[in-house]
Amino acid sequence: MSSIAINNPSAIHHDDHGHAHHHETFLTKYVFSQDHKMIAKQFLITGIIMGVIAMLLSVLFRIQLAYPDHSFPLLEVLLGRFAPEGRLDPNFYLSLVTIHGTIMVFFVLTAGLSGTFSNLLIPLQLGARDMASPFMNMLSYWLFLVACVLILSTFFIESGPAGGGWTVYPPLSAIPKAMPGSGLGMTIWLIAMILFVASSLMGGINYVSTILNMRTKGMDLWKMPLTIWAFLLTAVTGILSFPVLVAGVVLLIFDRSFGTSFYLSDIVIGGQALAHEGGSPILWQHLFWFLGHPEVYIVIMPAMGIISEVMAVNSRKPIFGYHAMVYSLIAITVLSFIVWGHHMFVTGMNPFLGGVFMITTLIIAVPSAVKTFNWLATLWRGNIRFTPAMLFSIGMVSFFISGGLTGIWLGNASLDINLHDTYFVVAHFHLVMGSAAIFGMLAGIYHWFPKMFGRVMNPRLGYLHFWLTFVAAYFVFFPMHFMGLDGVPRRYYAFTEFEFMEKWMSVNVFVTWSAILGAVAQIAFLINFFGSIFFGKKSTENPWEANTLEWTTPVERLHGNWPGEIPTVYRWAYDYSKPGHPTDFIMQTVPHSETMSSNLPHDFDGNEVAEKIQEEWNLAHNASKNPEQVK
Amino acid sequence: MKHKFLNLKNLLALGTVYALSFTQVMAQEAAKAAEETAKHEGLGKTVSYYVLLLLLACIFVGIVGKIISVYDLTRKIQGNRRGIKWDKINGILFGITLIVGLYGVYWSYTVQGSQILPAAGSAHGAKIDSMFDVTLILTTIVLVLTHIALFSFAFFYNASKKRKAYYYPHNNTLEKYWTIIPAVVLTILVLMGFFTWRSIFNVPEDERRNAIQVDVTAHQFAWDVRYAGKDNVNGRKNYKLIGSLNGLNSLGLDLSDKANYDDLRVNEIVLPVNKSVRFTLSSQDVIHSFYMPHFRVQMNCVPGMATYFQFTPTKTTQEMRQDTDDPKFDYVLLCAKICGGSHYNMKFNVRVVSNREYQEWLKEQKPIVTDDMKKEYQLAMEEQGTASNTQIALNN
Repeated sequence: MSSIAINNPSAIHHDDHGHAHHHETFLTKYVFSQDHKMIAKQFLITGIIMGVIAMLLSVLFRIQLAYPDHSFPLLEVLLGRFAPEGRLDPNFYLSLVTIHGTIMVFFVLTAGLSGTFSNLLIPLQLGARDMASPFMNMLSYWLFLVACVLILSTFFIESGPAGGGWTVYPPLSAIPKAMPGSGLGMTIWLIAMILFVASSLMGGINYVSTILNMRTKGMDLWKMPLTIWAFLLTAVTGILSFPVLVAGVVLLIFDRSFGTSFYLSDIVIGGQALAHEGGSPILWQHLFWFLGHPEVYIVIMPAMGIISEVMAVNSRKPIFGYHAMVYSLIAITVLSFIVWGHHMFVTGMNPFLGGVFMITTLIIAVPSAVKTFNWLATLWRGNIRFTPAMLFSIGMVSFFISGGLTGIWLGNASLDINLHDTYFVVAHFHLVMGSAAIFGMLAGIYHWFPKMFGRVMNPRLGYLHFWLTFVAAYFVFFPMHFMGLDGVPRRYYAFTEFEFMEKWMSVNVFVTWSAILGAVAQIAFLINFFGSIFFGKKSTENPWEANTLEWTTPVERLHGNWPGEIPTVYRWAYDYSKPGHPTDFIMQTVPHSETMSSNLPHDFDGNEVAEKIQEEWNLAHNASKNPEQVK
Repeated sequence: MKHKFLNLKNLLALGTVYALSFTQVMAQEAAKAAEETAKHEGLGKTVSYYVLLLLLACIFVGIVGKIISVYDLTRKIQGNRRGIKWDKINGILFGITLIVGLYGVYWSYTVQGSQILPAAGSAHGAKIDSMFDVTLILTTIVLVLTHIALFSFAFFYNASKKRKAYYYPHNNTLEKYWTIIPAVVLTILVLMGFFTWRSIFNVPEDERRNAIQVDVTAHQFAWDVRYAGKDNVNGRKNYKLIGSLNGLNSLGLDLSDKANYDDLRVNEIVLPVNKSVRFTLSSQDVIHSFYMPHFRVQMNCVPGMATYFQFTPTKTTQEMRQDTDDPKFDYVLLCAKICGGSHYNMKFNVRVVSNREYQEWLKEQKPIVTDDMKKEYQLAMEEQGTASNTQIALNN
């Protein structure tokens, strides 16, 4: 690992010039930056803006669901022909649902989450000057931004944004005549998605190569914090699954624009038979979900990594079962590639496959359960500091449990027959990957804000933000389970056409107002976030008394991260409240020779010389190594 | 704090101005634009009223926040070194969340839980329901226990300077237990699910043939249903024939197949109780989903590919009305796969009746191949004979 400086040209640059001023212009510093911290901030702020937009879209369609018979003149002013007479057009409703899902899944929880924290933390926590390829990193952001702009631009075209649901199943998405949302809006959606995947791949390749090649001295894989493990496995998952989506998207573009028949066959629309023959709509579903299911783990694994770190720091305890946490992440990564068929139990796929996918799907619940129990054990007998980041981490665990348990229902093919495409599914994934991942992201923002902006966010606004959002999320999603169990399908524009749905109208009103409460609560976050960038309390170097390397960098955030030599790592990241040590944390940069009073036999990994030295020291100091007494 | 609110207000105002100018650009005539403005007169007032209300709420929260921080500071000045104990407060809030949350779950289960689907009206549905019960009980136990642990740890172990956390990095025995126990429980669930699944979809050949054959064609945004008639075989159809025979052939029936002639067109699905029925599903345009929640039946209708669902209804509509105590109860068929603008409105009536009523109903149904269609077909065949143009039947 001593070859880092040679591997990294920018490192040499820094060693040459020390930490003197760079000749940076506004453009190179803030816009076309190649510094991983600035790129992380670019991803974060773009992600927050996209998240706010997607949230506002959801409020719009929630209003439609709560008040299907009311007219809101404001909507007509804002949306024009998409809301004639102040009521959402049914096709535009589907576009809103589609774009809400697309933005949230891809642009906020994939790019906004991985893009921000992988970029920020990989070099900082591993002891690298920057990412392996800073230029590619910059390109990754810019492709992402172009994709964001493209997807939003579809609100300004005649036929409106894509409307076939975020899974864009053909033939609906392939035939412009099937719905307005399958016209130009869908073309742009597909192009945006290709750019997005290119961005993700560039990011992912960068993350993997940085993690594998550029760790500082002493940072072997088993000393990496769980955040880094999570980012590594997320990136691997993305690299292996995203190209399959591109393949699927390219074939869909061919079907739409060049008359091929990959997904289309035997179709009559508007009284006219189409020329397509021999394709299968099921093929798209296989290709889409081959990405789509790993995608939900791409979304949740970084959140898992973040909250593992935040919970250890704020419980002042080592993460329980570090090795089990890593192995369960690896298991999730591997299994995530062989479960995609559980999205297709009732799509006409051969029922035999349904049985197979049910088995693999329920197996993946085991590593998830292990992670949950380990988080609970981490909290047990801790000394918990409720920073906003810690609150969001606990909230994340709660959502992950509530949402994960319903996964056991949906993964069961027989139960899925009646739950498929109902509100039960909506409730399930909004809790387990929506709310849980966004809470992981928020935990990360509150926790590493000092590393991004040199200031801390206001904790009291953070508490307010957490409690309102936490309650609102449960109010919104918990009742949806019961709607699903009553057989109410998702993506319904109104509940007015079926008598049995009428009893859910009052629930819809409640859910909508809870969603509005949740949206309003984000004002507390936005004020806190953007206000603290400029006016927040100045941070110290290690405000949370954490062990990891990023807290050894100066508050000023240099390009190149450390002013002098990169620190060496001697121990794992989780020596919190170690018996025998005067403070309740020992940073990774502290050698065992300086902590003779707290060293434990397993700290030496079987190094006999070190063990002997420790034994001699113990004898000399007559100190018992019984942790109970030390405490 | 305050000038940030002002910023927010400016932003909102700016946004509204942009939105307004956008609509005006879209309006093609100036007169129309004026009309638009007139139509939305007073809207500005309403909107600014709500914006003001929101701002007031924000300012109120801001003031409360300031008061709290002033209180906090004075406490610190007065020698109460630690100020407000936020860790303690948050811990207590988690304790309250646990109790209120558990009650909330109980309330949801009893009140909203009583509004969910009634017991299944089909043979396989009963199996699904029993598995539903087992899964519900297991997951609820885990939900409650893990949340008790999560929130009570948060309640009991909030930060104290006097205490040091317990250094407890791992315990292999414990970890083995909580890997193996979930694995065993899940294996049981998998096996139950697997065998139920196979019993639903692996139907023996003779049972398939003996079932009542119903053919369903979905299209935007309706269902076409036909019964197989006396021979219990639905005749062939071909999408290229849709609209042929002068537009009479809306399903694309292939009239050279004699099995078509006794097929029946129906306006509602009527099924005899305790008789197996086999649905053959297809779509003319996009994917739809054939969803009858009361029978626990769902299968997608895919263009270019037939899909099947076979099941046995076990309760007549009358019996369901008695069981659910709802005189207006009806079985429904709805679409569960997003299929376009009127996806939410693809209702089709379903009734389950006694065998005798079913036979009577069946007698009243008209053949799907009408006399007009037969005439058109004859004509087309004759033309084809004279002009020997093989394409006519298809293109017509």
